[in-house]
Amino acid sequence: MALPQAKLDTTEARLAALSLPESGAWASEARGSALERLKSMGLPGRRDEYWRFTAPDTLNAVDAPEAALFDGDDNPAFCDLDRLCIVFRDGVFDAEASDDLALEGVEVLRLAEATGQDIHWAKDLYGVLEARAHDPVPRPFAALNTAFATDGVVIRATGKVSKPIHLRYLHEKTDSDAILHFVVRVEKDADLTILEGGPAAARFNKCMEVDIADGGAFHHVRLQGRDHERRAVTHLFARLGEASTFKSFTLTANGRLTRNEAFIELTGNDAVAHIAGAAVGDGDFHHDDTVFVTHDAVNCESRQVFKKVLKNGAVGTFQGKILVKAGAQKTDGYQISQSLLLDEDAQFLAKPELEIYADDVACSHGSTSGAIDEEALFYLRSRGVPDADAKDLLVLAFLAEAIEEIEDDDIADDIRDRLEGWLSRHRA
Amino acid sequence: MLKIKNLHVKLEEEDKAILKGVDLDVPAGKVHAIMGPNGSGKSTLSYVLSGRDGYEVTDGEVALEGEDILELEPEERAAAGLFLAFQYPVEIPGVGNMTFLRTALNAQRTARGEEELSAADFLKLIREKAASLKIDADMLKRPVNVGFSGGEKKRNEILQMAMLEPKMCILDETDSGLDVDAMRLVADGVNALRDAGRAFLVITHYQRLLDHIEPDVVHIMADGRIVKSGGPELALEVENNGYADILAEVA
Repeated sequence: MALPQAKLDTTEARLAALSLPESGAWASEARGSALERLKSMGLPGRRDEYWRFTAPDTLNAVDAPEAALFDGDDNPAFCDLDRLCIVFRDGVFDAEASDDLALEGVEVLRLAEATGQDIHWAKDLYGVLEARAHDPVPRPFAALNTAFATDGVVIRATGKVSKPIHLRYLHEKTDSDAILHFVVRVEKDADLTILEGGPAAARFNKCMEVDIADGGAFHHVRLQGRDHERRAVTHLFARLGEASTFKSFTLTANGRLTRNEAFIELTGNDAVAHIAGAAVGDGDFHHDDTVFVTHDAVNCESRQVFKKVLKNGAVGTFQGKILVKAGAQKTDGYQISQSLLLDEDAQFLAKPELEIYADDVACSHGSTSGAIDEEALFYLRSRGVPDADAKDLLVLAFLAEAIEEIEDDDIADDIRDRLEGWLSRHRA
Repeated sequence: MLKIKNLHVKLEEEDKAILKGVDLDVPAGKVHAIMGPNGSGKSTLSYVLSGRDGYEVTDGEVALEGEDILELEPEERAAAGLFLAFQYPVEIPGVGNMTFLRTALNAQRTARGEEELSAADFLKLIREKAASLKIDADMLKRPVNVGFSGGEKKRNEILQMAMLEPKMCILDETDSGLDVDAMRLVADGVNALRDAGRAFLVITHYQRLLDHIEPDVVHIMADGRIVKSGGPELALEVENNGYADILAEVA
């Protein structure tokens, strides 16, 4: 089907400003086919159902809209932990600032290096999970990412990796436009934690493909924050083998536009996938969680927990789907999306969906939107807790279910501290 | 301790007078009880004293230890030493009972210019107070009042009172929803707090709570006023004859 003219124009204008990076044979092929995918679907427009809640204009634009740098003194996340840190400055790998990439139980290679070699596991994954994710809904920014990603790393965990890998994204130029692509392979029974933090660029397009073999475990904690004006579109693709585990948590604070898409396929029996997000926005803040979970095996569990705290015109959106394919019996699927609106100008738009083709499943979903509970607030105040502190306590309580999805207690405590800090800076 | 003079209160939303001139004087060291039929204004009095929204004081004064408290925020009244044990304690999912109590206690101490209690001292204190109210570690860890039985909620109120050590304690129908054993436990908790520097205002429908918490003075409230005051025998009279006789007598 031919694309509408407007979509065609937008796509052509954007493509004219981009060029495919130099890559080795297999990567050039992967990039080429991603480009074909992108051309056939076109960049999104406001009339696309999947972009009904979020305007893609600034993500489509040829040039990244300028974004001022963060001027606060928030200390960067995860830097006190024992971890392997990989630094990207405005989307460019910084070897000097990064740790040595050698670590027991894991292979880490810069994307440019990997694409020049015949590394079968990277080759079997780069753009592969992305390509699987366009049915039933196209995800053009992910195809764009596969085609044009300028940097990134490929990671293969072969055992229990002794410390987390920290992807640290620094934003230093007000007009930077970064496209990063990550490929992660968790081998049988291996265990890997990836931490991500930082605003990355004025405009950031990030794609992560995660393939988890039988019995493997992947843990992911991400902090998107700090910069008020940055924009980001991210995709997290995951494919889960038998009895494997996937756990992902994202905290988003600030940012003019954030769209976090996740596409998770449970393809082996007894797999478990949890994805959670907490977002806090004040003012010019638009946060979009778009999640698609496919159950395609027996006795799998999935949980989606998304909470947003919004004030002063901030907008939160959620599109979440659980698809249970025929034969995916004993599926346990759960989805909750909630917003706490701290004033009348905040807005939350949600579209929760279930599509079930198996007859022996337990799936539930819920979506709510509400204000601070006045009864609870008075109860706290009557015990001597000042109004503002009591409100913060209730906001944190509201976010608790999402934060509890983080398994590492120290990281969860750090996230709570950061949220407290954010709340105290955004009172009234 | 607590002096209420000619207190008139109406609902903010509608033009409906609830309290129509309440006069009450509860001295330190004393336990006063307020009894009265449904709709007489007992719970409204407790809410107005603790500073809840939705009520408008149209006339009168309320002083705690000589200080006017009507202009104070609820948290300021709490720091000044006022405590309301709720008729229906509120469930707060996501806020741990311990976190709640520690935050409250330290907020009050800070407001009074006292030093915060250290985590260790707090833990020691709460364990000791919880044990006497038969509140186990699990209840302390759970979110505030979530999944608590009626009795557990009321015991939790008394635990908060024991931890916060207020000067003026108001108990709003603390006996409602309690079986005999639970009532005894709650009453023991209250009695343990009775001392010369502390006053209690016990609001109840029934005389039975007053068997366990012996009042010095009993007031009967009807249609927004204290219509009769007397000794503990007044509570017995209500128990035996109901309110009708008393109301007819003062009418």
